[in-house]
Parts: sequence; structure tokens; C-alpha cells
Amino acid sequence: MINFVWLIPVFPLIGFLIIGLFGKKFSKGVVAVIGCTTILAAFIISAILFFQLISGSITATTVPLFDWISAGSFSAPFSFLVDPLSSIFLLIITGVGFLIHLYSVGYMHDDEAFYRFFSYLNLFIFFMLLLVLGSNYLILFVGWEGVGLCSYLLIGFWFKNNDYNNAAKKAFVMNRIGDLGFLLGIILIYITFGSTSYSGIFSQAKFFTAGRPVLTAITLLLFVGAMGKSAQIPLYTWLPDAMAGPTPVSALIHAATMVTAGIYMIARSNILYTLSPFTMSLVAIIGVVTAVFAASIALVQNDIKKVLAYSTVSQLGYMFLGLGVGAFTGAVFHVMTHAFFKALLFLGAGSVIHAMGGEQDIRKMGGLKKHLPITAITFLIATLAISGIPPFAGFFSKDEILAHAFGSNVWYWVLGLGGSLMTAFYMFRLLYLTFYGKFRGTEKQEHHLHESPSIMTIPLIVLAVLSVVGGFVGIPESLGGTHILNKFLSPVFADSTLKTLPDILSAGTEQMLMGITVVLLLGVIYFARHKYIVKQEIPVAEGQKIGFVHKLLYHKYFVDELYNNVITKPLDALSEQFDKTFENRLIGGTVNGIGKLVVRLSDLFRRLQTGSIGFYIFAMVISIICILFYKVL
Amino acid sequence: MSAIQIIPLNFYILLSAILFSIGVMGVLLRRNAIIIFMSIELMLNAVNLLLVSFSSYHSDGAGQVFVFFIMAVAAAEVSVGLAILVMIYRNTKTTDIDFLNKLKG
Repeated sequence: MINFVWLIPVFPLIGFLIIGLFGKKFSKGVVAVIGCTTILAAFIISAILFFQLISGSITATTVPLFDWISAGSFSAPFSFLVDPLSSIFLLIITGVGFLIHLYSVGYMHDDEAFYRFFSYLNLFIFFMLLLVLGSNYLILFVGWEGVGLCSYLLIGFWFKNNDYNNAAKKAFVMNRIGDLGFLLGIILIYITFGSTSYSGIFSQAKFFTAGRPVLTAITLLLFVGAMGKSAQIPLYTWLPDAMAGPTPVSALIHAATMVTAGIYMIARSNILYTLSPFTMSLVAIIGVVTAVFAASIALVQNDIKKVLAYSTVSQLGYMFLGLGVGAFTGAVFHVMTHAFFKALLFLGAGSVIHAMGGEQDIRKMGGLKKHLPITAITFLIATLAISGIPPFAGFFSKDEILAHAFGSNVWYWVLGLGGSLMTAFYMFRLLYLTFYGKFRGTEKQEHHLHESPSIMTIPLIVLAVLSVVGGFVGIPESLGGTHILNKFLSPVFADSTLKTLPDILSAGTEQMLMGITVVLLLGVIYFARHKYIVKQEIPVAEGQKIGFVHKLLYHKYFVDELYNNVITKPLDALSEQFDKTFENRLIGGTVNGIGKLVVRLSDLFRRLQTGSIGFYIFAMVISIICILFYKVL
Repeated sequence: MSAIQIIPLNFYILLSAILFSIGVMGVLLRRNAIIIFMSIELMLNAVNLLLVSFSSYHSDGAGQVFVFFIMAVAAAEVSVGLAILVMIYRNTKTTDIDFLNKLKG
């Protein structure tokens, strides 16, 4: 089966080409079938590969496909790397991606650009698969840029709305900033190791001493790329704005693709990071700060998708915290469980928005439970999972990260716990305001309320099941489990674990930490319940007076405004100046001046062209005589 | 001593210069395109005459070969030029070059 690995990205690519080129002529049904089956096919191959890896019938292999770039001493073959890490990501991308595709068939059914949507979705999956399958940093970079492009196309999918276009542009530009760092990192890698392939780099890096400045520089640059793609401070503001796209796109970006690219890249480069302690602590700090920061913003947002968006930023922060403290498995584990419940949350939100006729403000919802029973139950499961209530999936993955954080630095744990409590609060706030209490929308909306069609609820149910059982692959040993995922992934991180002393917590400490977390979480949930169900509080309407802290949070710490004033406006002013002086005067003046000169000169010479043959001949003879004289004398 | 060499070389040069000048004056002064053509032929033949006489006096065949080339090329050129002229005449009923000034800038 390993020889067919190239089919995994090729299927979505074929889907993209067929739908993109001929989709306009096809009926929606045909487009949906092509779009979904290509992803399903990729999923099936990924699953077979995964089981072959588990059973040991294949081991981690590089599959060469063709010679891609070779110039002088430099060569980069186009080859895929199949190993436990890429296999896990393949399953997430194609599996969750397929469910999102299926859901989109129902969600986008009335959209006139149905085929365009599916072609973009397929392209998105294709690039993401390329990103995780590539066996060197260059292919990774191709996928990296590709998903950036697709996010631009999909966020601005409804391009007739200018705000949406601006959101798309923002995502694109912010990602470019990160990509610059990433590209410089790759160049520095090539200069240092003389290779861009993982095997070539990591086998050399093993013998480096920890803390070499060049490694620190490489990892920092790569991390800048990850900050952009995975929306970490300070490059996170594009992700909440990315809500402009259709809801399935948000689910795809937030759960299965794009934002997990940064996690994948760092997990893949684990040996480089392990050898740069400075970068590791920076990753951890940025991660934990982002986790708390974004969670605090999510506390007071009233747009159902905005809350989820900040929640993603926050959860990504946890993943980086995990990476930063060396819990690579924990980070990947959290990527996996997060993919399940975040996709579920977004698709559930989509179902709510669908039922509410486009309304996204949770202040105008409420009591949807009896109208959308399946959505409500699956949403509840996802909420429990993301809040970290045992035994749902999020509990195990988040707890693993927190336990490692505790072992590394107690403050990481304290902050992480704080963020986790906030997560529970804003998620239950969202849940209660949306599905419980009385309906607060218009009467027309109330009549319109309906459960989504089964093509949308089936993905919800599947994801809900995964959100419940997904955590069981990583039951920690302190709870009497065997961490299956850890065993599976350990070859990938083998070199790193050799370099660092594992921070082993005693089973008792770990159990105590879990106990503290769960008790506090239950307290927070009780508080949220008291506030929003018993007292039936509703967030204040727009324009009413709110406290300073609330205001600060509601306006997202004014970061967008800060960026706008500190970066965008000065740049705009500068570019305007350049436009005036350089563009218009210097360049424009030169170019136009040459043009004008030619016109003037030709004006002069056209007078000579009288059309009188006699004159021409006369001029000719005179000229010949002149030339002769010149030659003779 | 061939027949050509009975007459001194100077005479040929003089005759050729006179013929050439007549040709130049014809091209410059006449209006009729056909006459201009004829004048051009006159100039070409003045040169041919020089070539022949020089080649004869130097006992070098190359000059004669050039004459053949010039005649062949001139014949081809005249046939094209006359064809153009015939077409111009059919369209405008004139061969007056002062009338044909459509190409002025």
C-alpha cells in the first residue's frame, strides 16, 4: 500500500481539477459526489496505511516520487514521508475533512457558487496533505503556502461583501509575515545542514550540542512561521476575522487544516527544538500567554463563531505550551482531540446559524434545545470535551499537556489551569445562552426553527462519538491506562527524548493535579449555570455601559486598533508619500518623459515627410554627394 | 589589343560621367515616373559601361560578371516597378509623381 501513498493528495487534486474546470456544468449532486468521494478515497488509503503502521507491516519510509529541483549541488527530490506523525495527521485531515465535506453538501446547498466552494475545499485538503506528507522542508513550504492561498479564497468566498474580502486579505497578509520568517528559517537550515530533507537534517542535528546559536536562530525563524499559521500572539488577529467565510470553512481551518500546520511543523522539527532550550521556553511562554489571553477575550464575545474562534486560538496556545515543554505527543494528541470537538462545535454552530436564518448573535438565541435536539446534544458533548471533563476526549489531551507543564514550571500550570477554567466558562456560557432558557429572537425566526437535514446531522453525530471516545487512545499511565498514542508516536520523537531528561511526575501528583482541575472546572460550570440558567442573565446589548475590564475584553484588548495605529496607518502614510514622490514623480516622470521626448522629436521629423518624391530623391542625391565628399576629403 | 582598347580609357570615363549626370538630372527634374525609370536605367548603364571598360583594360573578367548581375537585377527590379506603375496608372490615370504624395507625414 505504501506505493500508493501518492494517491492520497492526488485524489483531492483530481477532485479540485474536475470540479474547478467543469463544475459549472454539473448538477450540485454530481459536484457533491465528486467532492466527497475523492476525500473519502484519500481517507481510506490513509486508514490502511495507518493500520499497516500499527501492525508493523510497514515502518516509517520515505517514498521517492520524482526528481523535483536539482541545480548544481542542490537537489530536492519530490518524495513523501510516511511515519506515525504524518499518518496521524493524514487521518485527521482526511477523516475530519470528509465529514466537513459531507456537512457542506447540506450547508451550502442553496449557494449559487456551490461548485466553486467544493473545488476550493478539495484544493485546501490537497495542500494540507502535501504539507504533512512532504519529506523535506520545501514540500512542506509548498503546502504551507497553498493552505494560505486556500484560506484566502475561502475566507473571501462571499466576495461581494467587502468586509469579507478585507478579512481574507488580513489573513493572507498576516500569514505572509509569518511565512517570511519560515522561509528564512528554511534557507538557514540549508546553509547549516546543506540539505532540506528531514532525514538529512535530523541525522546531523542529533550530534549538535544543545543551545548552538544557529539552531536557536533556525527554530526562532520557524516559530515565526508557526505563529502566523497557527495564530499565536502577536499574529493571531486574522483567525477571529476568518469567520467571514462559510461556517464549514471555519471548521476546516480551525480543526483539520491550516492552523495545525504550525504544530505539525514544530513537532516534526522536534529534535531541532529540543536542542534550543531558549526557543523551547519562548514557545511555551507564547503558547500559555496566548491560551489565557484568547480565552479571556472569548469570555465576553457575543458572536457564536467569534467565541469559537478565540477558543481555537486559546487551544492552539495549549498545543504550543505542550510543544514548548517537550510534550510533543501531548501536543499532537491535543491536535487530534481538538480536531474532533472543534469541528463539531463549528458544525453545530453552523447548524444553529442555518436554523436561525443567518443570525449569529447569541443574545438573540436561547431555548434552541427543543427545536434542534441533535445539534444541542452533540454541542453539549463537544462543550464537555473542550472544557476537559472526564472522560471526554479533551480531558486526556489537555491534562497531559498540563501535567508536563507542571513538571516544567509551576507557573505554566497555573496559567494553563486558569485558561482552562475560562474555557469551561465561556463554552458553557455559549451553550446555555444558545440552547437553554427562552427564545429571544423574532417570531418569524421562531417559526423557521428546524433541525438540519440528516446530511448535516450525521457528521455531527460521528464527530460527537469521536469527541467522546477520542481520548481513550491516550489514557495516562497514572490512571491505569497504556498511552497507545505515545507508543505509536515515540519513534518520531525518539531522538528528542534521548536529549532531555523526562520530567516524570509521580502518579500521585498527576492524580492530584487532575483532581484539582476537575473540581475547579465543575465549580466554574456550576457558576455559569447559576448565572445564565438560574438568574437568566443575558449579555448587555450593544452600546450599553459596561465596566472597564469587560470593555477591554469585549474589544479584544484593542489589539486590532493598536495594530491599526502603530503599523497600518504609518505604513499607509509612508506608502502614500512614496506613491507621490517615487511612483508618480520619479518613475512616472521618467517613463512619461521619455514618451513625450519621442513624440516631440517625431513631430519635428514628420515635417520632412512631404510625400513629394522629387524632394526625396533630391535629398538622397544631396546626401550621397555629402557622403562622397566626406569620404574623399 | 582588343577593339575596346582602341579608344583611350579617358573617353569612356567621360562618356560614362556624362550619361550618369544625364540620368541624375532626369531623375531629379522629370515628373513622369516612367521617364524617371528610364533615367535610372541610364545611370545603371553608365556604371555598366565603366565596369566593362575597366575590366577590359585590366584584363580582369570580374567586371564583366558584375555587369551581368547588374542587368539581371535591374531587369527584375524594372518588371516589379513597372507592374506597380501600371497599377497606379489604372487607379489614378496618371504617372505624375507629384500627384502621388499620399505617404506624407
